[in-house]
Amino acid sequence: MGADGRVSIGNYITNRASNKIAPLSDYIFLLRSGSAPDTQIISDNVRHYLDQVSAESGEEPTVEMAANLVKLINYNNKDHLVGAMLVVGWDRHGGGQVYGAPIGGTLSREKWAIDGSGSTYIWGFCDSEFRDDMTREQAEEWVKEALALAMTRDASSGGVIRMITINETGVHHKYVNGSQIPQYHDDLPMPSGPPSTGMVIG
Amino acid sequence: MSGIGTGYDLSSTTYSPDGKIFQTEYAQKAVDNSGTVLGLRCKDGVVLACEKLVLSKLLVEGSNRRVHNIDRHVGVAAAGLAPDGRMVANRACEEAASYKRVYGEPISGHVLAERIGSYVHMFNLYWSLRPYGATMLMAVYDKNGPALYGIDPSGSSLRYYGTAVGKARQAAKNEIEKLKLSEMSAREAVMEAVRILHKVHDEDGKKFELEVSWICDESGKEHRRVPAELLDEAERRAKAAMEESDMWVVAGRGGS
Repeated sequence: MGADGRVSIGNYITNRASNKIAPLSDYIFLLRSGSAPDTQIISDNVRHYLDQVSAESGEEPTVEMAANLVKLINYNNKDHLVGAMLVVGWDRHGGGQVYGAPIGGTLSREKWAIDGSGSTYIWGFCDSEFRDDMTREQAEEWVKEALALAMTRDASSGGVIRMITINETGVHHKYVNGSQIPQYHDDLPMPSGPPSTGMVIG
Repeated sequence: MSGIGTGYDLSSTTYSPDGKIFQTEYAQKAVDNSGTVLGLRCKDGVVLACEKLVLSKLLVEGSNRRVHNIDRHVGVAAAGLAPDGRMVANRACEEAASYKRVYGEPISGHVLAERIGSYVHMFNLYWSLRPYGATMLMAVYDKNGPALYGIDPSGSSLRYYGTAVGKARQAAKNEIEKLKLSEMSAREAVMEAVRILHKVHDEDGKKFELEVSWICDESGKEHRRVPAELLDEAERRAKAAMEESDMWVVAGRGGS
């Protein structure tokens, strides 16, 4: 899973390196997009409910539980909330799972999911490049490339890339600095020297 | 049958000098005097069986339901006061439904058993309420496998390989102990349950009918009544076994 780092109010970037991946439990994460305060409150509440239910049952919560809780909050408060979220994680009985919980209160389990304003630019890329049988490296490349492409075209996306991979050895965080993200400006020639008029100031 | 409270038994908010709450014990007596109910957890499922005494020829067969569906994957058999059992079963339905609505997945057996235990226990705490006079044997098949729980009027919920409550519980439990439940299939467990109920039934009592349910791989992990042919076959075998050992029937008298 991965996300960019830009938080903006109109054209002003309030945070260029934010963390949009919120932990709901040891192996379940919430990817947030839409209104930042709304999604933060939802994340806090769902983390609390998951704590409670796993204390009662003595077992780790399942991804489906977390996804259902997010959906219920979205649906029951649909008049007030603008939260487009993905619930991604791993549990013992279901393995790795990805759920989309967009605005309004839908819940759908998918093989892959994207959301946020930048996602509109990369549906074609995701559709055509996703494979069922990718290795960990291939999957991470797919996520990184998708995010980089979105960040190139969407003004509300950019900054840094944060990624998390969960496998049998645990939870692995990756951070990609802005300068290391491909820019996709190959069509523009890089300036190689001073302007051809030879005029030098100063 | 002792247990005379002598003034300490008027309310469930009074302890006796030896640390008992007599009202809870009296509620237990209501269960002890009812028809036998037994549960068996076998290799691939759980079987519940109730001995229902037929109080009148005017009753339609199958009325006086003692076994209830709580959710697809959970069922309970109630011993004791039937209306009390129905109230607790209704509560279990509500718990299971609300859990499903909030968490999106079916409630786990141990979570439901504890919730029902807490609910039943609450009725032992207040002067204005009386304890439930019913023990629930709960059969569940969730992602952790099949399990059998027993929740008694005090609110304690315990997990069993096999157990019996009601009139002939002692004799039934003796029979259950002889079984190798972990190697038995649900089909075989149904045969055994029916055989045991016939064996421990009080000979000179009234006529009785059986209500048997199961939840196992064969039932698609859903709690249902046992199919009619299986029940008929089990009854036939049980009656044959009784005739064979006519001289040797141990009169199973339950109670204290």
